[in-house]
Amino acid sequence: MTLLQTNYLEPTGREERWRFTPLKRLGGLHLKETKVTSNPSVIFRGTKQASFSITTVPSAELPPQSESDDAIVTRVRENVTDVTYLEIGKDQEVDSPILLGRSNLGSAEVARTVIRAKSHSKAVVILESTGSAILGEEIEIILEPGSNLTFIALQEWSNDAIHLGRHHAIVGRDASFTSITVSIGGSLVRLLPSVAYDGPGGSAEMQGIYFATSGQHLEHRVFVDHNVENAKSRVNYKGALAGSEARTVWFGDVYIRKNAEGTDTYEMNRNLLLTDGARADSVPNLEIETGEIVGAGHASTTGRFDDEHLFYLMSRGIDEADARRLVIRGFFAEVIHQIPAESIRERLTERIDGELARLGR
Amino acid sequence: MTTLEIKGLRVGVETDSGMTEILKGVDLTVNSNETHAIMGPNGSGKSTLAYSIAGHPKYTILGGSVTLDGVDILEMSVDERARAGLFLAMQYPVEVPGVSVANFLRTAATAIRGEAPKLREWVGEMKAAMTSLNIDPAFGERSVNEGFSGGEKKRHEILQLELLKPKIAILDETDSGLDIDALRIVSEGVNRVKETSDVGILLITHYTRILRYIKPDFVHVFAKGRIVEEGGPELAERLEEKGYADYVNA
Repeated sequence: MTLLQTNYLEPTGREERWRFTPLKRLGGLHLKETKVTSNPSVIFRGTKQASFSITTVPSAELPPQSESDDAIVTRVRENVTDVTYLEIGKDQEVDSPILLGRSNLGSAEVARTVIRAKSHSKAVVILESTGSAILGEEIEIILEPGSNLTFIALQEWSNDAIHLGRHHAIVGRDASFTSITVSIGGSLVRLLPSVAYDGPGGSAEMQGIYFATSGQHLEHRVFVDHNVENAKSRVNYKGALAGSEARTVWFGDVYIRKNAEGTDTYEMNRNLLLTDGARADSVPNLEIETGEIVGAGHASTTGRFDDEHLFYLMSRGIDEADARRLVIRGFFAEVIHQIPAESIRERLTERIDGELARLGR
Repeated sequence: MTTLEIKGLRVGVETDSGMTEILKGVDLTVNSNETHAIMGPNGSGKSTLAYSIAGHPKYTILGGSVTLDGVDILEMSVDERARAGLFLAMQYPVEVPGVSVANFLRTAATAIRGEAPKLREWVGEMKAAMTSLNIDPAFGERSVNEGFSGGEKKRHEILQLELLKPKIAILDETDSGLDIDALRIVSEGVNRVKETSDVGILLITHYTRILRYIKPDFVHVFAKGRIVEEGGPELAERLEEKGYADYVNA
């Protein structure tokens, strides 16, 4: 690995964007003194098809497609040598989900992945993450005009994993992007799902669920940059927390630039506190520089388990544990049901059920 | 033969000014195959009686007893009461987002019957019950009570009554908010359950119109937290003419 000149500034925890993150639990990823290894760890877990290709290319040949001033992203970019590159061919419609995965990574690794949906292609990409890891990553997703891409990131890490990443989509003219982010595992997960547009008429649907139990810190910082006219975005993240020291942070920043006339955006975050001692921060934020828009709104709620739900279900003979399970499944169902793979839906539901059972109410 | 026996029941709720007693000594016995109508003005405590028997956590039992075949149900959790054979059709059924009607009904039937109903028979049973209540089968895929009209909510309650076959059913203002067609459909559902089982029914209502469809054997007038008069069906007719004024101002 070559030593690069670096302008990298270590976060101190006093910065607004790091204020909610326990830096001590980043596995040293943010520290200059920690040696990080480049590992294009994302592997393809399906059958190859002509409609798409997956290759590993030198980082210099595939430089970052977007700007980021995130500290971890800066480290990733400075240290990654090889990039995983997935390309969905022009006009190709991939009929089953493209399954990517990684499991049990080494310590302090950095990775970059670039996904490009060529014009008028259509595909679903699922990225599974399991096992242990200390990972800093950047995934850039480029949607060419008229393409349709669903990107599903499943953080099913084991409970010692540390994962910091930016998942950034660039949505081309009349392209349609859907992201589904599921964070269940990991000691500390801090993701930056973001979207910017590269032409009018694009739409982005960003959905997520997270479930934090004791000792987990799950942080999602969504950013939608309405930098073109007539684009649409919808953000919907739902979280549940249980157990002492369960911690979630959700930021939803939507920026409607002066030129972004005709913007239509709505973002929502709902949190369900299942026990005492858990803490959810939820900060939606809209910055609007033009009044010539279709609509812009946000909503955020954080509440306790609704006893009326429990009473209704229990009054039909369903015991309390089953009733809670039904309500929580129901809470997440809105997002989970949109994952187009039954085995994955079942696996996620089982994991959530299992974590609930372990709470030992 | 099942007997629900309520004796000297006193119930309160916690308010800003402390514990407020709502039920001030209720005595009532409901046997299998009997239909009892409880009628009374708003605020008389009728719904409190229903929810206290079902075990809603908002209500505190201050005294008295409620037994089902001699077994104290006030010591039971909400789900145990249901499994013992009690059913409450609620005035305001609760919306449970993301839980489908089909999943909910099967989970409830499994809990009440003690074993999961065989899938094929269950689908037939559910479909038949839905059809007789004029419920679209697509209803099964919707979230429990979410976005239901008032009439759909009440029909969904009676659908559960038909499928769960309780020993004693309490219908809390099942007629409220129903137009005449919906009232007829819902009443027919209740009557079907009466014909095909030994259910004892405690029908709570403000108005007499549902009693044209569901014939009570006994009518109890409820005012100020207790039963103030009892009689047969003729008592309902008298209330139809004279209203509750005599009882409220007494």
